[in-house]
Amino acid sequence: MADSDGRQVDSINNATGKELTKEEKQRLRKEKKQHKKSKKDDKGPPEKEKEKGKASVPAPSKPATQSPAHKAAPAPVNASASESPAAAEKPAKSKAELRAERRARQDSDRASKQGKKEGGQQSASSKPKATPNELQPVVKRLPEHVQVDDPAALKKLAKKLERQQVPLRSDYGYKVSLFSHLHQYSRKNPPTQQIRYSVNLHHVLGLQYSQGIIAGSNARSVGLLHAFKQVIQDYNTPPNEELSRDLVNKLSPYISFLSQCRPLSASMGNAIKYIKKEISNIPSQCKEEEAKGKLQACIDSYINEKIILASEAISKYAIEKISNGDVILVYGCSSLVNHILCEAFEKQRKFRVIVVDSRPRLEGRETLRRLVKKGIRCTYVLISALSYILPEVSKVFLGAHALLANGYVMSRVGTSQIALVAKAYNVPVLVCCETYKFCERVQTDSFVSNELDDPDDLIVTRNGKTHLENWQTVKSLGLLNLVYDVTPPDFVDLVITDLGMIPCTSVPVVLRVKNVDQ
Amino acid sequence: MPSLLHQFWVDLLQDLPRFTETLVKMPGADKETDLSERIESFLSELKRCGSGAGSLRGSAETARETTALLRRITAQARWGNAGDLMEIIRKEGRRMTAAQPSETTVGNMVRRVLKIIREEYARSRGSTEEADQQESLHKLLTSGGSSEDNFRQHFAHLKANVIEAINELLTELEGTTDNISMQALEHIHSNEVIMTIGRSRTVEAFLKDAARKRKFHVMVAECAPFCQGHEMATSLSKEDIETTVIPDAAIFAVMSRVNKVIIGTQTVLANGGLRAVNGTHTLALAAKHHSTPLIVCAPMFKLSPQFPNEEDTFHKFVSPHEVLPFTEGEILSKVNAHGPVFDYVPPELITLFISNIGGNAPSYIYRLMSELYHPEDHEL
Repeated sequence: MADSDGRQVDSINNATGKELTKEEKQRLRKEKKQHKKSKKDDKGPPEKEKEKGKASVPAPSKPATQSPAHKAAPAPVNASASESPAAAEKPAKSKAELRAERRARQDSDRASKQGKKEGGQQSASSKPKATPNELQPVVKRLPEHVQVDDPAALKKLAKKLERQQVPLRSDYGYKVSLFSHLHQYSRKNPPTQQIRYSVNLHHVLGLQYSQGIIAGSNARSVGLLHAFKQVIQDYNTPPNEELSRDLVNKLSPYISFLSQCRPLSASMGNAIKYIKKEISNIPSQCKEEEAKGKLQACIDSYINEKIILASEAISKYAIEKISNGDVILVYGCSSLVNHILCEAFEKQRKFRVIVVDSRPRLEGRETLRRLVKKGIRCTYVLISALSYILPEVSKVFLGAHALLANGYVMSRVGTSQIALVAKAYNVPVLVCCETYKFCERVQTDSFVSNELDDPDDLIVTRNGKTHLENWQTVKSLGLLNLVYDVTPPDFVDLVITDLGMIPCTSVPVVLRVKNVDQ
Repeated sequence: MPSLLHQFWVDLLQDLPRFTETLVKMPGADKETDLSERIESFLSELKRCGSGAGSLRGSAETARETTALLRRITAQARWGNAGDLMEIIRKEGRRMTAAQPSETTVGNMVRRVLKIIREEYARSRGSTEEADQQESLHKLLTSGGSSEDNFRQHFAHLKANVIEAINELLTELEGTTDNISMQALEHIHSNEVIMTIGRSRTVEAFLKDAARKRKFHVMVAECAPFCQGHEMATSLSKEDIETTVIPDAAIFAVMSRVNKVIIGTQTVLANGGLRAVNGTHTLALAAKHHSTPLIVCAPMFKLSPQFPNEEDTFHKFVSPHEVLPFTEGEILSKVNAHGPVFDYVPPELITLFISNIGGNAPSYIYRLMSELYHPEDHEL
């Protein structure tokens, strides 16, 4: 797919007819970036780099953001695509020099800032290899998928997708005014319908996402990573290009397409960040086959560590919390919670499970099938019967889609309700979540960032009557099919992660530890 | 229902020879059979329409029919004094409540009529009403004899008075929904977001009345598994009210933007709590968490002297087939599925009751109840 990127760099290379050295290309990129930055002055301060001690100090002489799209926002697609000229890393040999320069500059900045700021943040700077992002004001660019009500952002997205030859999906149906900033798509019109040329693996994957065949954040992340492995396998470095820079550019249209099929989850965002970092860390003298093999091994180890082994670790901790005679309540379908329950059953714990389900997705039936196949005793209710069933329950196990930095748990819609009623009945609520789902975003309600599913899912036929059949014709009637909601941390008693059992409020600590490790 | 119609014609043709015979029989006996037939048909209707999918008719209709039937019993049954009449009504009332225990309006109407009879009797005797009503300790100590014997006196005009009082009760029942809707503008202002759950005819009339003058937004929780919220939403949107249907799972998620929660209920219990459609307790807890006022629109005939009980708080279930359909056959046999119909909402979560006599706090319900029913009638 080398021809699908209309990169200006390529055209410049071809125009001069000579092979530019890497330094010259780098200089070209810097100039271009500066030019772009001066044009985009009104868009606010550019992205800050968080990894590897890169400076986020806005130094006009050097491009401030060397971000290889490592962003905290869940849609790295947009920013990465727009910044891909600078997305590739510098060659390894000058990295160390730059890093040293930047560290020196940071230290001087920090010294000046210490005079202004209070002691709380000085502890961060006292560390020798300090994370500079503690002190820098971090302003992230808004992800595109929450700016649907902004026509300028929509135009920009349309232009970007056109450049990447990714079909743009149009919104469907009347949107409730509170959610006019979000997309609302119809399942009957997936973007794969508009694919005219060859169908690739990521098109299949996108279709599976949009139709709900692959659902659940673990499954989606694993699917994504496998698709990327295939892309890396099929990739051939074009001449005059470096694998570490070009491959990242190749991935961007795939990521755009997938996010058009279904907005990316937090876990997918973290996985993409990891891959891009790994790709950009490939030393330039590495041969192509070797690099590809290394990357595939990286992806495999990521899946293994962060998902499979993490779930083993979480099961081990969680099984300690399950005692004989327990009545455990679960909601919807979480692969992790199912795994925990099956493991506990194999370890001869005696308990029974109550599965709570809700319309319109009815994912609880899938959980029910899996548990019944194992032989676990189950009861099934709908979420409206929660007050009836809760007095029998001794513990509630919930899965999570993401854990936000302010301690809120983002999960399937209805989870917060379960936590609320469980709290009213004094039943402990345990959330199980792998650390790769932790994200730096903060959110206090379910409105500002969410996903709207197909509103036609709410229509149901009972006794031969479908009341909402023609809801589109009635202009004051709207259907709202939310996918996620956020649970405040005071409803959650414990979070079980692969690092241990932590309270909800320790999520930013874990994030910081992870950042330092990387 | 072709089978019923067919049955009707078959019955008519079969009864025709007997009917002509009855014309020469005593009119009293004819009225009795007619009366018992009506009672039987009413009982079978009650048994049939309590499927939990929302009764085929609303509670208001049930209340009206019950009262009309009780008036007929008063008019046509044979009784000599107030005590006899009360016995008859109590007996029929027990049968009616046994036919459909969840339909509490039937029992409530029976108790109202019993109270009417007591009042009319007391008035005929000439004693003041208040003396009989007060159950103070002083009264208990000094009264001495039981009040049962008091109902044995015969009064000529008692029948007419009782029937007149029951007619007044019927007119009151006719006007309840209108009385409640008239108060709508006092409670809803412009640009509000109101949340409701399921389908309540009272709340529907309430919101439609307010919508004539004010513009606001309504969110309806659909209330699985019967999804009556859909019907409510289509009906409201026809009056140009901005309506949104949300699934039950999203109640807490959207609650932060809701200004008021207005719900209907099946029964108001004696402690001020509610027995309402399932999902209401979650709604009430979410409203409490966000400090959103919870307003219950309930006419007075829904007020029941029962207290919530551990055993029968959730005493009505529907077939688990509604919850887990038979298409899931292979796991059905190994799974327990529950489909409770009602929820109990404790009075602490309720802010206001709006009834046809005005607005009240939940703490005042016990007093209203003592005005409507006599304490001896609490157990039919």
